[in-house]
Amino acid sequence: MNPTNDPARTGRRAGMPGSPPAIDLVGVHKRFGAVEAVRGIDVRVEPGEVVAFLGPNGAGKTTTIDMVLGLSQPSSGTVTVFGNAPRDAVRRGLVSAVMQSGGLLKDFTVAETVAYTSYLFTGTRPPAEVMERAGIAGIADRLVGKCSGGEQQRLRFAMALLPDPALLLLDEPTQGMDVEGRRSFWAAIRRDADAGRTIMFATHYLEEADAYADRVVLISAGQIVADGTAAEVKALASGRTVRATLADADGAALRGIAGVDRVEIRGTSVVVHCTDSDAVARHLLTKTAARDLEITALGLEEAFVALTGAGRTDHTNRAGPPRVDQPPVDQPHVDQGGMRR
Amino acid sequence: MSTPQVVAGQAGREVPPFGGFSTAIVRLEIRRLLRNRRTVLFTVVFPVFFFLIFGLNSSYASNRIGQGNESAFIMISMALYGAVLATSGGGAIVSVERLAAWSRQLRITPLQPAAYIAVKMATSLVLGLAAILAVYLAGLLTHTPSMPAVLWVATGAALWVGSLLFAAFGLFAGYLLPSENVMQLIGFALMLFSFGGGLFVPLSQFSHPLRVLATYTPLYGLNQLVHYPLVQGPFDWTWVANLLAWLTLFTAGAIWRFRKDTARI
Repeated sequence: MNPTNDPARTGRRAGMPGSPPAIDLVGVHKRFGAVEAVRGIDVRVEPGEVVAFLGPNGAGKTTTIDMVLGLSQPSSGTVTVFGNAPRDAVRRGLVSAVMQSGGLLKDFTVAETVAYTSYLFTGTRPPAEVMERAGIAGIADRLVGKCSGGEQQRLRFAMALLPDPALLLLDEPTQGMDVEGRRSFWAAIRRDADAGRTIMFATHYLEEADAYADRVVLISAGQIVADGTAAEVKALASGRTVRATLADADGAALRGIAGVDRVEIRGTSVVVHCTDSDAVARHLLTKTAARDLEITALGLEEAFVALTGAGRTDHTNRAGPPRVDQPPVDQPHVDQGGMRR
Repeated sequence: MSTPQVVAGQAGREVPPFGGFSTAIVRLEIRRLLRNRRTVLFTVVFPVFFFLIFGLNSSYASNRIGQGNESAFIMISMALYGAVLATSGGGAIVSVERLAAWSRQLRITPLQPAAYIAVKMATSLVLGLAAILAVYLAGLLTHTPSMPAVLWVATGAALWVGSLLFAAFGLFAGYLLPSENVMQLIGFALMLFSFGGGLFVPLSQFSHPLRVLATYTPLYGLNQLVHYPLVQGPFDWTWVANLLAWLTLFTAGAIWRFRKDTARI
């Protein structure tokens, strides 16, 4: 379908010379009354990139996505999508989106919802095709109100595919999906990305950013705190923790070891945060009476907390109902679709 | 620009005609409305039921009124009641759609806000027509209402077009009251308007102060006008004034709330 897309793939990052960026945010601020949700963002996404927009709840992800879609206007700064004003890009079917929740009528069937959306555009992909690709062809006649959270999300995805958009925005797309639902959803997205579509997704699941994005833009409290590959972003806050049991530990000596960030001594328990765990372990085992040594890598979770300050400042709770901000990375996410809405 | 526009297949993409309005959309909307049994019950079945109760009473049904009889008069009133329920409900459904964030979803399609309103109006009119036809059909089948054939068509058409006033009312209420309860509130309001307009009880049976008050309610002018071809007699321009005043008020209110809504969403 998009034969000339392939150069965009190879020329990712740099983009094609002269072609406008898929998304260009320049000095974007967004205020809601006294609250400044977005505080000066500059992001340029080139055609063909798959970008994760990562940050805790309330960081400004949805606010930014709304501006890219033309649902709201920046208080200052400019937003363009393939060189167009966002509303024009939407009208021409250049950009579509999978929203976090809502946006569906429960007394339409799945097929009717897709058909309705297809009537609003010119020259869409055939409804049967997008339902097939989103994996909802088998439930075409089911009422939307009777669909699970995951099925509704795949329906939103099918609707977003209709205009065959050059840019697809996904706002927390796998909220409320079970493990299998998430896996098949991302498999579908990834196929799309490989075909050359530019994709930007907001998430607070670090492993999603890590697994599916070429580039991670980390946002916290309305500002971008890191921008690079997942590996680069992780490296910014890399490190390990060494724990040991040791009476009368010499904190100063430990702090003197190269690469040690922080030392905590609680009674006979010593915790050392460092980048060179080997050196700390060697010191503890050869120069002290330390025992029960334990070395743990700083996970993505901690990297995320270290960079966004999510654990310390309390801006995470501003955005509406309380929910689990950062579920444990290694545990399957239970389907919480019913509870979330 | 020497460079090709963006991505293949996208460059020549046209914006859809009529802002996205199409009969295909209206058909889907109607199918959705019919799926809601309560809507059908209230707008189509109830008015027929009311006509059968009040319109066939042999003690007055055959009394002459203008060009026809009292049964025909009541049939028109009940058809008007059904039509305004249909159109105001069709407008007020925007509140449900806002709550479900469906209107937000539509904002990331090429559908223009005005075309969305046009879809709601068209859907309301189709349901309103169904309500009118149901009552008139009941009238035909019971052989009791009597008026010249041309008046069946004239009054039916007049109240169908006139019911658009209440599409504006429904939209205004739907944007003003963002709640699932908007339908109940509208049902209650229309009940009051119907009494005020003289749809259920002739205004002549009201006390004088109430009768004066009734002439300022939103269904009064419309009700007098749709009965005029049957009743005839002297024409009162205050009916038209009443209709235009409420039309202006409801339309302005709907536009005001609608603008606020599309600015914020």
